[in-house]
Amino acid sequence: MTLIEAQDLSVTFTLRREGDMPWTPPRRLQAVKEVSFSLQPGETLGIVGESGSGKSTLARALIRMLPATGRVLWQGVDLLTLNPHQMLKHRAAIQMVFQDPLASLNPRMTVGQIIAEPLRTHFPHLPAAEVKARVQLSMDRVGLLPNQINRYPHEFSGGQCQRIGIARALIVEPKLLICDEPVSALDVSIQAQVINLLADLRRDLGLAMIFIAHDLSVVRHISDRVMVMYLGRVMEDAPKRILFKSPRHPYTEALLSAVPIPNPAAERAKKMIPLDGDLPSPMNPPSGCVFRTRCFRAAPKCAAEVPRLEAYDPKVACHFPNPVS
Amino acid sequence: MAMLEVSNLSVSFATPEGTVNAVNGISFSLEKGQTLGIVGESGSGKSQLAFAIMGLLARNGTARGSAKFNGVELVGAPLSVLNKVRANQIAMVFQDPMTSLNPYMRVSDQMAEVLTQHRGMGKDAAVAEAARMLDAVRIPEARARIRLFPHEFSGGMRQRVMIAMSLLCQPDLLIADEPTTALDVTVQAQIMALLRDLQRDFGMATLLITHDLGVIAGFCQDVIVMYGGKVMESAPVDPFFDSPCHPYSRGLLHSLPRVDQEDAALFSIPGSPPNMTRAPKGCPFQPRCSNALALCSDYLPPLTEFAPNRKRACNVPVEAL
Repeated sequence: MTLIEAQDLSVTFTLRREGDMPWTPPRRLQAVKEVSFSLQPGETLGIVGESGSGKSTLARALIRMLPATGRVLWQGVDLLTLNPHQMLKHRAAIQMVFQDPLASLNPRMTVGQIIAEPLRTHFPHLPAAEVKARVQLSMDRVGLLPNQINRYPHEFSGGQCQRIGIARALIVEPKLLICDEPVSALDVSIQAQVINLLADLRRDLGLAMIFIAHDLSVVRHISDRVMVMYLGRVMEDAPKRILFKSPRHPYTEALLSAVPIPNPAAERAKKMIPLDGDLPSPMNPPSGCVFRTRCFRAAPKCAAEVPRLEAYDPKVACHFPNPVS
Repeated sequence: MAMLEVSNLSVSFATPEGTVNAVNGISFSLEKGQTLGIVGESGSGKSQLAFAIMGLLARNGTARGSAKFNGVELVGAPLSVLNKVRANQIAMVFQDPMTSLNPYMRVSDQMAEVLTQHRGMGKDAAVAEAARMLDAVRIPEARARIRLFPHEFSGGMRQRVMIAMSLLCQPDLLIADEPTTALDVTVQAQIMALLRDLQRDFGMATLLITHDLGVIAGFCQDVIVMYGGKVMESAPVDPFFDSPCHPYSRGLLHSLPRVDQEDAALFSIPGSPPNMTRAPKGCPFQPRCSNALALCSDYLPPLTEFAPNRKRACNVPVEAL
């Protein structure tokens, strides 16, 4: 059974500029537009895209940290229709790990208090001894030492803070872990530690994951399937083996070719597909396919008609995709 | 004689918690037109090394040792000497283009300032020259956009402005400190391609400071690996990426996931980087090293050549790695 499914999920921000008159109509920015995907239990979906592609907004919309339209089916229940009380019941099963490890931890709380907080929210009647036992178990799982329980976040390095954030997410035994750029603030050697930790936890606890990152190498390593976003739209959504070997969307192709490879010979042999110009303004996206202004394969049809995301794997939203190999 | 000759350069900072030894006795040289990459994690001292060469250390920082540029000593040099060298002969591009441009000045004014200061050009001629340079870094409609303020450019465009500004006096050496770290990968690819072209056209030497081994592989001829303020290994890029010969560089390369390969498990270096207020006596990497010997905690051998052009600082023999 599908764990979580998004159907035509859209997020629109209303912006008022300073100095606007009260009667000036507010401007709308569509950060996520009609995104649909589904995730099976135990599966990891990687979401990639450049800054401004809407990947973090999408993650926040899924758990209603932002208002959204469309449907988010969590084991068949549409989360967007629930009242706050009903929502709380489902929230324990979906936990999040954030990008900035230090900023996502309350500096005035000890590690033990931070990790116990979701328990206190979702299971307020749990006896103190039980809470403590679970905190210790959770700390042990992520590789924190028992004697660190009374320390404060500032006493930890970035990698350890990220472990605290993961322990906090895991303590309520979620089914889905949403990781928003969990390793991009970390040094290379620490990044590998945290990626391995997430991979181990996923295996041991049977977690499903949504893994958001701009680093395609990391996404390739950890995901089962990968969704490529551009300007709030899904460009391609395919099993990782297919997507990295034979990308179908020109944007995916360009994105992959831009990733530096730590091997001089491979770098020299690489054929770069340059993308000219900058991301268009999301306030005023191009007509038709939003990628057409930077696409090396753009044709008149691309300006006239919005390409729809195909229904079957490997899915692509493009009028002129590469053939399935 | 090499163009830039750094020998036994150290940088320390006086802080309330004690002295932080950010860079500990680093030596290297850079020839005309050479591209050298310095790679290291945060706190390895790679940026402070560049700041020390340029005389840009924070007020509580002191540099010792020597950094000679075309024979002129830069460490401890008076401002009059430094100002002749800066921008004119050595230019620098910083990580964050927003905080390194003056937000109150039009791009035309800040760029022209470089030329009026160093070349004694008139304002109009300087602006025209600046616009030509913006065109060279492929900013569309350069002549119109030079009148804009920095915030009116996107991140990638701002970094192009920085690069254009640094090239105005046609420096012999460009120091780029994490020039693409704040940018998206497609923009990074544009900027690195641009730097490669400019380097070919202007023939300047480049010192590229980065944490990204992929960028080094694509751009540099040689690489220096820093850890805990010391050089662990230095080599031309091809043999280095083929067979890194220091436990740290080896661990670093193996802990990188690759976009062009499927890899089952990722190697990870245990532990975390050293706290530089209590710098270890011997090898800074010793606490995390799986090859460490008993003497490593007390003694780090000097950087020595073990193969043509390849140097390393490690007690463990290469064959034993």
